Amino acid sequence: MAVKPTWITVRSRRLPFSFRLDRRVLPVALLLTAFTLTALVVSINYGQYNMSLLDVVQTLLGTNTAHPDYRNFALVVHTFRLPRILVAFLVGAALAAAGTIMQGITRNPLADPYLLGVSGGASLVAVAVIVWLDDVPLSILPFAAFAGGLIEAFAIYLLAWRAGSSTPIRLILIGIGLSSVVAALTTIMLLFGNINDVQQAYIWLTGSVYGRTWEHVRALGGWLLVFMPLAFVLARGLNMLNLGDEPAKGLGMRVERGRGVLLLISVALTAAAVAVSGTIGFVGLVAPHITRRLVGPSHEGLLPISALFGGALVVTADLIGRVVVAPSELPVGIVTAMIGAPYFAFLLIRSRNHA
Amino acid sequence: MTTQAHTVSRNTARILGSRALLLPGLLICAALLVVCLLWSITLGAADITPDVVYEALFAFDETNFDHLIIQTVRLPRVLAGMIVGAALAVAGAVMQGVTRNPLADSGILGINSGAAFAVVVAVYLLGAPSLSTYALFGFIGAGIAAILVYTLGSVGRGGATPLRLTLAGVILSAFVTSFTTAILIFDQETLDQIRFWTAGSLAGREMDLVMQTAPYMLIGLAGAFILSRQITTLSLGDDVAKGLGQNTGWIKLLAAGLVVLLAGGAVALAGPIGFVGLVVPHVVRFFVGVDYRWIIPYAAVLGAILVTLADVGSRVLIRPQELPVGIVMAFVGAPFFIALARWKVKH
Amino acid sequence: MTQLNTRDLTLSYDDACIIDSLDLSIRIGEITALVGANGCGKSTLLRGISRLLKPRAGHVILDGQDIWKLPAKTLAQQLGILPQSPVAPEGLTVHELVAQGRYPHQGWLQQWSAEDERIAHEAMALANVSEYADRPVDTLSGGQRQRAWIAMTLAQDSAIILLDEPTTFLDLAYQIEVLDLLHDLNTQRGKTIVMVLHDLNHACRYADTVIAVKDGGVAAHGAPDQVVTESMVREVFGIDCRIIPDPLTGTPLIVPCGRGGKRLASAQSHSQIDTFVHSPVFALMEA
Repeated sequence: MAVKPTWITVRSRRLPFSFRLDRRVLPVALLLTAFTLTALVVSINYGQYNMSLLDVVQTLLGTNTAHPDYRNFALVVHTFRLPRILVAFLVGAALAAAGTIMQGITRNPLADPYLLGVSGGASLVAVAVIVWLDDVPLSILPFAAFAGGLIEAFAIYLLAWRAGSSTPIRLILIGIGLSSVVAALTTIMLLFGNINDVQQAYIWLTGSVYGRTWEHVRALGGWLLVFMPLAFVLARGLNMLNLGDEPAKGLGMRVERGRGVLLLISVALTAAAVAVSGTIGFVGLVAPHITRRLVGPSHEGLLPISALFGGALVVTADLIGRVVVAPSELPVGIVTAMIGAPYFAFLLIRSRNHA
Repeated sequence: MTTQAHTVSRNTARILGSRALLLPGLLICAALLVVCLLWSITLGAADITPDVVYEALFAFDETNFDHLIIQTVRLPRVLAGMIVGAALAVAGAVMQGVTRNPLADSGILGINSGAAFAVVVAVYLLGAPSLSTYALFGFIGAGIAAILVYTLGSVGRGGATPLRLTLAGVILSAFVTSFTTAILIFDQETLDQIRFWTAGSLAGREMDLVMQTAPYMLIGLAGAFILSRQITTLSLGDDVAKGLGQNTGWIKLLAAGLVVLLAGGAVALAGPIGFVGLVVPHVVRFFVGVDYRWIIPYAAVLGAILVTLADVGSRVLIRPQELPVGIVMAFVGAPFFIALARWKVKH
Repeated sequence: MTQLNTRDLTLSYDDACIIDSLDLSIRIGEITALVGANGCGKSTLLRGISRLLKPRAGHVILDGQDIWKLPAKTLAQQLGILPQSPVAPEGLTVHELVAQGRYPHQGWLQQWSAEDERIAHEAMALANVSEYADRPVDTLSGGQRQRAWIAMTLAQDSAIILLDEPTTFLDLAYQIEVLDLLHDLNTQRGKTIVMVLHDLNHACRYADTVIAVKDGGVAAHGAPDQVVTESMVREVFGIDCRIIPDPLTGTPLIVPCGRGGKRLASAQSHSQIDTFVHSPVFALMEA
């Protein structure tokens, strides 16, 4: 009896090359891309300087150089708005991908990319820089935060390593423990620092893309260009890990090595995102959840679509943050937190029918 | 994880072997508590000798400056520490018993953050509210957080497993903290007023506030003790408890109510202090076994001792400045938690 | 593919030594059942034969090669294992689960060849789960779910299949279904099956070789009708029994000694009294 698969297969006749992708992936990808581009244009359009949507599109495409206001358009679009929105997209993509990896590795739908303490370590260092160092330029902030995040993640991994393995449960629990200590240290600095510095630190902590420039785009983009494809290639390993350590080993996967590499990628992605825009919450948690409903649990499709979704999510959240309390701005981290709540309420309602 | 909790208590032999030692043990601990309390009163920005303390307590002289300090500043603070420690430890013990999760405490399960958020909202909306409003908001916040965590942790197959509850608590904490931070970003005044409090602190706790919040916690403590036999039964497992004729639904509800009274009251008085509810029940179970009729009183006394000592640390470590007691607790509790996770969790 | 054996195999968890210096030989092309009391080490032994548990000392040799020296994927192509009570991720369909079984044969570039597809289909047909192919594994019944996992192991296309308690927690009908499937795989496809069973009668009925494990060592090893004796059962399981030939298959059927059967016993004595009362002897007595 022939079984019709739920995926499409791409196979080359001459070269030994083939892969399969869930049927839903391509249509969802196209839809999300269209949505993201629209959100991008609308977001660029919104702001104190008035431009029409058509102007925005033309400026992006470079087709209106003859327009009398072109120099202003270009300034607003290319210097102020586009970079921050691109940063928002990249950060969202990185966090969503990292979250998908963490949920796959821990086999737990409540895992998020900050489980391994990256946000704690990054925050500690960032707050230290903001509160203690007076004359140091803020451009070192991303690097410092990045280093801090990596250090804490490694500390947690090492602490969880025992008798040749680091099981997901130990990682999670030790992550919680160490994060508490780091949070306590951060709090000390917030308590004894100058109130203005502290307020600035709080803004960084909530996560924001305000004032992000092309420097950030280039740095983050370059980093993602290395780690995202790596993650996509290792997606099948996530499928294996998701079955359980023992079935995966039985199928010939090197579980510890695979998990270690995937954790490394997740940490790298998260640290970069946090370094650039602070600790934006819920994207890494919610994006994989929703994407799983859209394209199924196979990570070949789940990982890239989740990244796409996360990017779209943060771009939209940023737009909302700018609209809701205009002319002031709600940091994007707060908006994502507020989106997280109704989503979980929705989850609750649905699960009562299932349970 | 049920088997794990039981393995933890089975593998660790009951140190106070025979039941006969339990009551004397408790009395000795209570005596220890009194000693710690008195010692704590003597310490501070300026140390006061024990005989002056004795005088201040029993032969109070209004004109003596030291006596005044003791009565208005130190005594309330020490009493606050004692009752907060007892309340948090017992709340943790109750949570661990009812959820059969050895890693539960009010900080991890997000209840502290919920209560803290509610209090921050109160300060933001009402300026500096009255003392009973503090307490009221603390309870509301704790109650809502408790409900949310339990529901969130029950999502999906398998119901509220210990790991799910822990993660649900972490999520709720993060979520609520972001709102708290939002308010603090936009209102520098509230921020300034509240930042010390959000770290968990006993500084400046006046006798009035202690008196306002203490009754709730005392009721919670009494209730926990009354319910202790039922909690022991429940800690054997839902099915076992039902089989023994217990109405588990009501007991869980009552227990949740007690946790709200205890944790909410503690947060209202001293801000969110974590780890007490985690560390103390573990240590107590190690010495006393699995009978909650003994675990709860011991937890109350040991919790009081722990917070009192932490408060001493907070006043003495960076003299003459003060470190919030919640931070000292984090430095003590977190390594314990990490060691527990590393050595006791197999897979 | 001729040999699977252990040499001096020592397996332990933390400091507790479960299996000590064991030499064992598994016959290829047969069904072997590992039996024993709870905690005797049979599951540990099975996991030690696969690569799930690293031996403290000793070797597991497959075709002359130490399995720990082989690349993981190469070993997986020859030896498959189905662990106890596996849990499928939420929403994963049967077809997707079975497809995962092809992992040892795939690479970075060749992720889903025509061969993979054919074998996956065949595996589902063999395990009789084709009709559930598009349903999520977690919506199936116990028996169906177990068959889906077996289909995944089949897709692995290994000559040897290890199963850790494949019938525990299943209804009787499903237990027989799974055992019949394994029987067919052995007789029709030549697969070598090594399984841990907790039901001794099933082991006797389906296995060519029974290995009884006690206290980390082998208490009996051989054909069921030869090694499953009343004294072996007493030694390994700690219970007295009577062994009779199974009325359907002729293999040993273990009937444990104990109480029970009181309904039949009293009915018997009632009918005895009845017969006596109506007997001429009684009539004579009354008179």
